[in-house]
Amino acid sequence: MKLYSYWRSSCAHRVRIALSLKGLEYEYIPVNLLKGEQSDPDFKKINPMGTVPALVDGDVVISDSLAIIMYLDEKYPEPPLLPPDLHKRAVNFQASSIVLSGIQPHQNLGVLKFIEEKINSEEKTAWVTNAITKGFTALEKLLVSCAGKHATGDEVYLADLFLAPQIYGAINRFQINMEPYPTLAKCYESYKDLPAFQNAAPEKQPDAPASTS
Amino acid sequence: MYQVVVSEFSTSSLYYAEKKEKLKLYSYWKSSCSHRVRIALTLKGIEYEYVPVNPLKRDEFLKINPMGAVPALVDGDVVVSDSLAIIMYLDEKYPEPPLLPRDLHKRAVNYQAASIVFSGIQPYQNTPVARYIVEKTNAEEKTAWVNNAITKGFTALEDLLVSCTGKYATGDEVYLADLFLAPQIHAAINRFQINMEPYPTLAKCYESYNDLPAFQNAVPEKQPDAPASTS
Repeated sequence: MKLYSYWRSSCAHRVRIALSLKGLEYEYIPVNLLKGEQSDPDFKKINPMGTVPALVDGDVVISDSLAIIMYLDEKYPEPPLLPPDLHKRAVNFQASSIVLSGIQPHQNLGVLKFIEEKINSEEKTAWVTNAITKGFTALEKLLVSCAGKHATGDEVYLADLFLAPQIYGAINRFQINMEPYPTLAKCYESYKDLPAFQNAAPEKQPDAPASTS
Repeated sequence: MYQVVVSEFSTSSLYYAEKKEKLKLYSYWKSSCSHRVRIALTLKGIEYEYVPVNPLKRDEFLKINPMGAVPALVDGDVVVSDSLAIIMYLDEKYPEPPLLPRDLHKRAVNYQAASIVFSGIQPYQNTPVARYIVEKTNAEEKTAWVNNAITKGFTALEDLLVSCTGKYATGDEVYLADLFLAPQIHAAINRFQINMEPYPTLAKCYESYNDLPAFQNAVPEKQPDAPASTS
């Protein structure tokens, strides 16, 4: 299997955790988003969507982190990324969705560039901070009553794969203070003991600049 | 001589079955996220009580849904919000008809199409975001912003689906992708005046939904809270 990834992409980060959790070997192929390599014709031949991450599994090419993770979970069911209980499964999809559609779209490179160009740098910071604050407040409320060792219980599930990269980005890229979100902060701490999460961290990827390791 | 006896047990279980609470859907007529769930409920023949919520009146609703966004589903003690979470919940609890195909790759395409809509397009066209852009810049920038998001997303969807489409987005049965496509295209055409000519695959899918009651009954203008002038 090949994973087209960018070290700092939170979407790629999610998939890296999934692959590690499931003990799946893969070839890491870097695509530099800052340099616009996702628009290279060669990459687009492999992935017409021109987005990272993209997974190549034989003849099958899948992009989008949710689609890739669900594909991996269905093809390689152990360990399962969704709990058996229907309601808990729904909470996992909901937490993932808050990140996928409520926060990350407002912090990706294209959007930040647009806001900086059309308005200014301060607005860009305010915009991202607002999206993260709204999203983390919702996640805190959603998870406070069902968190265990991790987001939705004592096992790692889908929600954790979306939370970890999001919180990582919030702390490291956007200097968000995690004090108002004790449940999220506790989850984030819990990932420090898990090799699958640690190995997936941006600074450990082959294309991370030397100064970040 | 035989007598037919209707036992108390059977009548009381019938009574219980009739009194079982209907699902409640908190919905806003114009919300494309609510629209997706309405299609799912109707496709599966699930009866529900429609509870209109105006997403601009947040406080009471925040108790049901922390994000303060519609839709939210109440199924007895269970409250689920977010259209993807609700649809996956419904598909797992009420498996017929299935909203995902059996083939792994086609399932992935469905998730991908849904994701392009709910993370690549809709977050940029919802009311709070649009309002923010108008406040910080102006109405023309807002229009350009939304058009840009829809164009990028529809181009990606067209590329994704052109080789696997059938009668509908990913084949000859309705699946998850269709539930996300229909409301997005409806909004693009009716709210944002997007021209569908560059996207023949999407346009053909959209046409195909016209023949399906589950899709037609879910449209915004047919909802109980739609203003009279839209019907």
